[in-house]
Amino acid sequence: MKIFRFLKRGIRDSFKSVFRNFSLSMAAIACTTITLILVAVSIIVTYNVKNITDKLESELTIVVYLKKDVDDEKIETLNKAFVQMKNVEEVTFKDADEWKLDMKEFSDTYSAALDYLDENPLLDAFVVKVKDVTDLKGTTEEIREFEYVDSANYGEGMAESIISMMSVIQKLTIIIVIALVFVTAFLISNTIKLTIFSRKSEIEIMRLVGASNITIKLPFIFEGFILGVIGSIIPILITIYGYVFAYDHFKGYVITPLITLVKPFNFILYVAAIILAIGSIIGMFGSSRAVKKYLKI
Amino acid sequence: MKLISIEKCFKTYKNGVTAIADLSLEIDKGEFVFIIGTTGCGKSTLIKMLYREEKPTKGKIIIGGINVAKLRNSRVFKLRRKLGIVFQDFKLLPKLTVYENVAFALESIGMKDRDIRPKVLEALDKVGLKDRVRSYPRELSGGEQQRVCIARAIVNEPKILICDEPTGNLDPKTSKEIMDILDKLNKDYDTTVVMVTHDKDIVNKMKKRVISLDNGVLVEDMMKGSYKVRENI
Repeated sequence: MKIFRFLKRGIRDSFKSVFRNFSLSMAAIACTTITLILVAVSIIVTYNVKNITDKLESELTIVVYLKKDVDDEKIETLNKAFVQMKNVEEVTFKDADEWKLDMKEFSDTYSAALDYLDENPLLDAFVVKVKDVTDLKGTTEEIREFEYVDSANYGEGMAESIISMMSVIQKLTIIIVIALVFVTAFLISNTIKLTIFSRKSEIEIMRLVGASNITIKLPFIFEGFILGVIGSIIPILITIYGYVFAYDHFKGYVITPLITLVKPFNFILYVAAIILAIGSIIGMFGSSRAVKKYLKI
Repeated sequence: MKLISIEKCFKTYKNGVTAIADLSLEIDKGEFVFIIGTTGCGKSTLIKMLYREEKPTKGKIIIGGINVAKLRNSRVFKLRRKLGIVFQDFKLLPKLTVYENVAFALESIGMKDRDIRPKVLEALDKVGLKDRVRSYPRELSGGEQQRVCIARAIVNEPKILICDEPTGNLDPKTSKEIMDILDKLNKDYDTTVVMVTHDKDIVNKMKKRVISLDNGVLVEDMMKGSYKVRENI
């Protein structure tokens, strides 16, 4: 089988070339290692930010206080109306007594104060979860229009600034990841260009004796693959051990328990797989780009 | 159908130099043709167009049924497998032995290892280098290196052998040896040989078809021609 012979020779030649041009190979591997570490860090940050954002967003709710004189029938009608709204995901109802218990549990001061009062000062309320957090304001305003609704609040200002900040961080990290991927491709391509330069005459002769372009390219593509894979070993180890260490060190959250980190497993394995894929694909792509120039003779 | 036919071919380089103008000629199977002319007359351009290192700007070049003028870069290998090319500067790989250099040509086109060996030895036998298979190019004389180059060109048994000043770097005695090999290949194996040269002695001695170019124009095409005749005109 011709194709297997080409593959066999391609793989053999690529290994030969990696070791023959050892210092250049090391340079390419070092470049890949450094950029892939940055890529890995960026991916981890991006994913964690996304995780935190999602979590915060899911905790953003609208609290709808009802007027004192509302009866069960009205509550049921309101419940149905809220559920039917376009942006509403979930509606839960708690009456004043339930709120009282909640508050008592939350702090001793509240508990003491509430016990002191004979009458429950709290109002019956709905807690509304929305589908799209960016339209939190619009939905709140709609809810305010209903009869028997005393007031509706969603933590104006605070919620909005968190959402916008998170989306900026998310976009920024994604841009950084993409930029780094391009930088890696460029570096690998350039380093392989140097190794190819010393084999220029070999490529020229191959072209002249009638080797097809793909056969000429194959060893270089394998070489790029090998460099990419070797270059991603250290970043993968750093990612796995580094993240597990960081997770244990911070006990799984940053600053407040509200901002939790993503659990290391299997998340970190996916990241490792992505790094390996980026390294090898970029290596192949970079070297096939580098060899293209010499296929015009 | 002739083996090589060139019809109204023009070649103008990007810098505006016209290297070949309105050239038409045909070369039959089994012919031995010299292409001669002064430096810059377009003979190198012509031969480069034969193996598609250069593309004609206008006109047709058909070699063994392939239209070279329209051949895409990625399909060039189809043409090159029908040709053997011998260069003035040998273009051997210094890190490979004589055997490996010749075998390289067959490996590059994906031949089986066990088929490669007899073919390489046969080609080296034809050029008389069978006892130097393990030598490296730097250990060989110029003439021997050129013979390796010829062996590499003929190992795939091409119909056409294109020689770009194969004796340009060699002394007269070695040149004669090379010419004897080319003549033998032409006679015994019916290989068409197209050779560019500016070596008057060789052309005059061989008495083959001579095509002379001047400023990119075909000025003479003679059977059993020589340099002298042209100079007398």
